[in-house]
Amino acid sequence: MIEFIAGKYNFWIAIILMMIGFYGVIAKGNLVKKIISMNIFQTAVFLFYISIAVVDGGTAPVLWDKNVPFDNPLPHVLILTAIVVSVATTAVALALIIRIYKDYGTIEEDHIREIHTKRVTEARKNELC
Amino acid sequence: MNFVEHLHVLIVAIPLLAVPIIPLVGRLRLDFSWYFTFLALSLSFFMSLNLLMNVWGSGPVSYFLGGWRPPWGIEFHFDLLNSFVMVVTTFIAFVSVIYAKQSVANEISYDKIPAFYAVFVLFFVGLFGMIATGDIFNLYVFLEITSLAGYALIAAGKRRYAKMASFNYLILGTIAATFIVLGIGYLYMATGTLNMKDLAERLPEVYESRVVFTGLAFIIVGLLIKMAVFPLHLWLPDAYKYSPSVVSAAMAATSTKVAAYVMMRILFSIFKIEFNVIGIPITELFIYISSIGIIVGSVLAISQTNIKLMLAYSSIGQIGYIVLAAAMMNPVALSGGIIHILNHALMKGGLFFVVGAVAYKLGTEKISDFRGLGKRMPLSAFAFTIFSMSIVGVPLTVGFVSKWYLVTGAVASAHWYVIPVILLSSLLTAIYFGRIINLMYFSKKPDEGEIIRNEAPFGLVAPTLAVAGLCIFFGIAASVPIEIAAKAADALIGGGLWK
Amino acid sequence: MEIIYSPIPLYAMLVSLVAIIPIYFSKNQPNVREFWTIAAAVIKFLLVLSMVPAVLSGQEIVFKFLTAFPGLDIKFRVDALGLFFALMASSLWIITSFYSISYVRAMDEHAQTRYFICFAGSLSATMGAAFASNLFTMYIFYEALTLFTYPLILHEETKDAFRGAKIYLTYLLGTSIAFLLPAIVITYFTTGTLEFTPGGVFGASLNGGASTALITFTFFLFIAGIGKAGIMPFHSWLPNAMVAPTPVSSLLHAVAVVKMGVFVVLRVVLYVFGVDLLKDIGLGTFLACFASITIIFSSLIAMRQDNIKARLAYSTISQLSYIVVGVSLLSPGGITGSIMHMVIHAFSKITLFFWAGAVYVALHKKYISEIAGIGKKMPVSMAVFTLGALSLIGVPPFAGFISKWYLVNGAIQSELLPIAIVFATSSLLNACYFIPIIYIAYFKPLPEGVSDEVQEAPLMILIPMIITAAMTLILFFAPSIFMDMAEIAVQSVTGN
Repeated sequence: MIEFIAGKYNFWIAIILMMIGFYGVIAKGNLVKKIISMNIFQTAVFLFYISIAVVDGGTAPVLWDKNVPFDNPLPHVLILTAIVVSVATTAVALALIIRIYKDYGTIEEDHIREIHTKRVTEARKNELC
Repeated sequence: MNFVEHLHVLIVAIPLLAVPIIPLVGRLRLDFSWYFTFLALSLSFFMSLNLLMNVWGSGPVSYFLGGWRPPWGIEFHFDLLNSFVMVVTTFIAFVSVIYAKQSVANEISYDKIPAFYAVFVLFFVGLFGMIATGDIFNLYVFLEITSLAGYALIAAGKRRYAKMASFNYLILGTIAATFIVLGIGYLYMATGTLNMKDLAERLPEVYESRVVFTGLAFIIVGLLIKMAVFPLHLWLPDAYKYSPSVVSAAMAATSTKVAAYVMMRILFSIFKIEFNVIGIPITELFIYISSIGIIVGSVLAISQTNIKLMLAYSSIGQIGYIVLAAAMMNPVALSGGIIHILNHALMKGGLFFVVGAVAYKLGTEKISDFRGLGKRMPLSAFAFTIFSMSIVGVPLTVGFVSKWYLVTGAVASAHWYVIPVILLSSLLTAIYFGRIINLMYFSKKPDEGEIIRNEAPFGLVAPTLAVAGLCIFFGIAASVPIEIAAKAADALIGGGLWK
Repeated sequence: MEIIYSPIPLYAMLVSLVAIIPIYFSKNQPNVREFWTIAAAVIKFLLVLSMVPAVLSGQEIVFKFLTAFPGLDIKFRVDALGLFFALMASSLWIITSFYSISYVRAMDEHAQTRYFICFAGSLSATMGAAFASNLFTMYIFYEALTLFTYPLILHEETKDAFRGAKIYLTYLLGTSIAFLLPAIVITYFTTGTLEFTPGGVFGASLNGGASTALITFTFFLFIAGIGKAGIMPFHSWLPNAMVAPTPVSSLLHAVAVVKMGVFVVLRVVLYVFGVDLLKDIGLGTFLACFASITIIFSSLIAMRQDNIKARLAYSTISQLSYIVVGVSLLSPGGITGSIMHMVIHAFSKITLFFWAGAVYVALHKKYISEIAGIGKKMPVSMAVFTLGALSLIGVPPFAGFISKWYLVNGAIQSELLPIAIVFATSSLLNACYFIPIIYIAYFKPLPEGVSDEVQEAPLMILIPMIITAAMTLILFFAPSIFMDMAEIAVQSVTGN
C-alpha cells in the first residue's frame, strides 16, 4: 500500500496541487486570488505532464551522447506551449481585473455583485419614473 | 507541392496572418481594418466551400504542417464532417463580418475598432483551427486561442458588467481547457501519441485501461463546459447578454457548435463506437443530462424579460439537441445532430442579428420593447418570425429538418422517452417565441399613436435576410446538407473517417 | 388507374398565395385589393373545375414539387376525394369572399389588408392539403392553415380575441406537435412510406412484424393529433374561436379549418390504415362509439347556448363527428354518407353563419334571447336561416337528408344498430336547438318600442346567403358531381 502511494508520488502531488487550486478558484471571493488559484491549478497539470516524461535513469534530452537513456522531450515541448497559453490567460485576466477595479472600486466578487444589483435596480426605477 | 495543395491550410493561415495586419492598417485608415477583416474571412469561406467540394468528390484530405509527417508533425485532416462544420463556421464568420461593419461602429468606441477586428478574426482563427486540426494537443491550443479572443470580445461590451461576465467565463473556460489538457495527457500516457488518427488506431488495445477512461472523462467534462450543456452552462447567459451584438451572434452561432463537433469527433472517431457501447454508459448519461438540459433551457427561456438572455437559454436547450443526437448512437439521429449544427447556427445567428438591429435602432433589449416591431421594423420583424418558426420546428424551415431526424433517430434506436422531450420542448419554444411574435404584430399600447417605420440600416438587414432566406432554403431543399450529414454520420458510426 | 402528370394542382394551390403580393401592395386602394381577392378565388375555382372531367373519368393527376429530404416529398395528387374537398372549398371561397368584402365594409373593420392576406393564405393551405399526396405534405399545409387563421381569429385585437386565439393556437398546434407529428414519424418508420394508398399502408406492415398494439397506438395518436376535427376532448378551441368576425367563423366552420380536420381523418382512416385493417382490429367500431359521444354531448351543450355563434359552434362539433362516425363505420354507405356530409354540412352551416353575420350587421344582435320577432324585420335572412337549419336537421327535400340517409344506411350495413340510433337521436336534438330559434324569430313579438319596418342586411350580404341556401336544395335534387366523386372515392378504398 505504502509502495503504491509512494511509488506514484508525482501523481499525488499533482492531485493535491490541483485540488488546492480548484478550491481557491471556487471559494475565494477576491478576483486576484482566484487567478492565483487558477495558476496553481494549471501548474499542477503541467507538473503532471513533466513527470510522465521521466524515463528511469534518463538524463535531460539534450543529445550529446545517443547511448545514454534520456527523458521524453515531447511533453516538455507541449508544456512550453501550455505555459505560454497560461501566461496569456493570466494577462487577460489581470487586465480584466484592472478594468473591473476602475469601474467598481473593488475586486471582491460579493461587492461587485452588490454594486451591480444596486445599479440595475436604480436604472429600472429611473425608467419607471 | 504546388499552390492548390496548400489551399486548404490557407483557410486557417490567411486569417491568422491578417490578425497582426488589421490593427496596423487600421492606423492608416480606420476603414481598412474592416476591409481586411472582410477579405480574410471571405477568402476563408470560399476556400472552405472549395474544400467541401473536394472532399465530397475525392475523399478526405490531409495536410502536414511544415512537411513533417505525423505522428511527429501536426496534421490538418479534412473529412466530410469537419469540412461541413468548417463551411458552416466560415459562413457565419462571413455574414457576421458583413453585419459587423455598422453594428461595431455603433457599439465600439472609435479608437478600439481596429483592435476589435483583430481579436474578432483571432476568435475565428481559433475555431477554424479546432475544426481543421488532426492533432489533439493542437486542438487544445486552438481552443485556448479562441477562448482568449472570446474573453476579450465579451469584455468589449458597452455595459460595465461585461468585464465581470467575461471574467467569469475566463475562470470557467480555463478550468475547462485545463481539464481537456489533463485528459489529453492521460491519453498520451496510455498510447504515446497525439495524432488523432494514430490515437484511433492505438486506443482499442488499451480500452480496458482506467487511464484511458479517466482521460476521456476529463476531456468530456471540459467540452461540456465549453458547450454550455446544462448544468455546466452558467457562464453562457451573462456572456451572451453583455457582449456586443455581433459577438453574441457570432459566438452563439459558432463556438458551442464547434465544441459539439469536437465532442463528436472524440466520441466517434478517436474512440470507436464499440467503446461507447460496451464501456461505461456515458451515452445513457448524455441522453439524460441533455434531455433535462433541453427542458430546463426552454423553461428558463420562458421566464426571461431580456431578449438576449432568452436566446441564451434557448441556446442551452438547443445544444442539448446536438448532444442528444450524438448520444443516441445511430446514423439517423447523428446526421440530425450534424445537420443541427448548420441549422442552429443559421437560426441563432439570425436571431441575434435581429436583436442587434433592434438594439441599434431602439437601444433596447427588453422583450416588452418588441411591441409593434412589425410596423416599426417590418423587415427585421419578418426575419425574426422566420427564425422563430424555424426554431420551433415548423415544416419547410430548417428547424423541422433537424427535429424530424432526431425523432426518427429516436424511433430507430428505440429511445422512446426522448420523443416526448423533443415535442415538449418544441411546445415550450413555441410559447416563448409565440409571445414575441404576438407582441411584434398584434399588440398595441392603447396610448400609442401611429407607429413610424424605422428600419435598421441596409448593412444590418441584408445579412439578416440572407440568413433567413437560407433558413427557408435549407428547409425546403434539405437534400444537399442532409446527404453530406448522412454520409458523415455513417462514416463516424462506421469509424471510417480516417480512410 | 391512369395517371396524368400535370402541375395544375400546384397552380391551384399557389394562386391565392401569389395573390397575397398584389393584395399587400394595393393596400391603399380597397377596390383594387378586393379585385385581386375575387380574381384569385375565381381562377382557383376554374383551375379546380378544370380537373374534374379527368378525375370523373377515373384518372389521377400527379405532380411532384420537390424532395425536401430523402423519403419526404412535397407531392400533389388529385384523386376523387381530394378534388371533392377542393371543389367544395374553392366554390365556397368565392361566395365567402363576396360576403366578407361586404361584411368588413359594413362593419368598417380595421386591418382589412391583413384580413384578406390571411384569408387568401388559408385557402392556399386548404388547397394544398386537399391535393396532398402524402402525410408529410398534408402536415405542412395542416400547420400552415393554423398559422394563417391565427391572425384572423385575433382580428378584433380585444382581450377576448387574444384569449380565444391563444386557446385556438394552443389546441391546434399543441395536438399536432404532440400527437400528429409522432404519429407520422412512427408511420414512416414502421411502413417506410407516407404516401396515401387506397387500402392503407399499414396492412402490409402487419405481416412485416408491426404489432397490433403499435398500430392501435398510432391510430389513437392520429385521432388525438387531428385537433381540427373537433372530437372531444379536443373541441373547446372551436367555441373559443368564435371571437373572430363572422366571415372568418364561416370560413373556419364550413370551408377550411374543421373540414380540413375531418378530411385528414378520412385520409388517415381510408388511405393510411385502410378499411380492411381497421375492420380486422376492430378500431373502426371503437372510433365510431367514441365519436358518438361527441355527437350527443355537443348537441346537448348546444341547446344551452344563448350566444348564436356558440350554439352554431357546438352544432358544428356534433356534425363533424357525424363525418368521423360515418367513415369509421367502414361500410360503403357510411363512407359515402360521411363524404357527402362534408359538403352538405358546409353549405348548410355556412348559410347559418352568414345569417348570424347578417343579424349582427343589421341589428347588432348576438344572442338568441335578443332576436325575438326579427322574422318581421329581416324576412329574407330568416327564410334563408330556416332552409339551412332544416337541411341540418335532415328534413327532406334538403340536402342534409341525403347524407343522413346514407349514414344510417351505413350503420345498418355494418350491423351497428346503436350508431343508427345515435344518428336518429342527434337529429332530434338538432331540431331541439334549431327550432327554438325559428320559433323565437317568427312567433315571439318584437320588444316594446321597436318598429317592425324591414331592416335587412346589405344586398351583397344577402346574395351569398341565398346562393348557399339554394345549394342545399339543389344538392338534394342534383347531387351529381359531388355524388359521382364520392362514389369513385368509395370504390377506390373499398375495392368494389
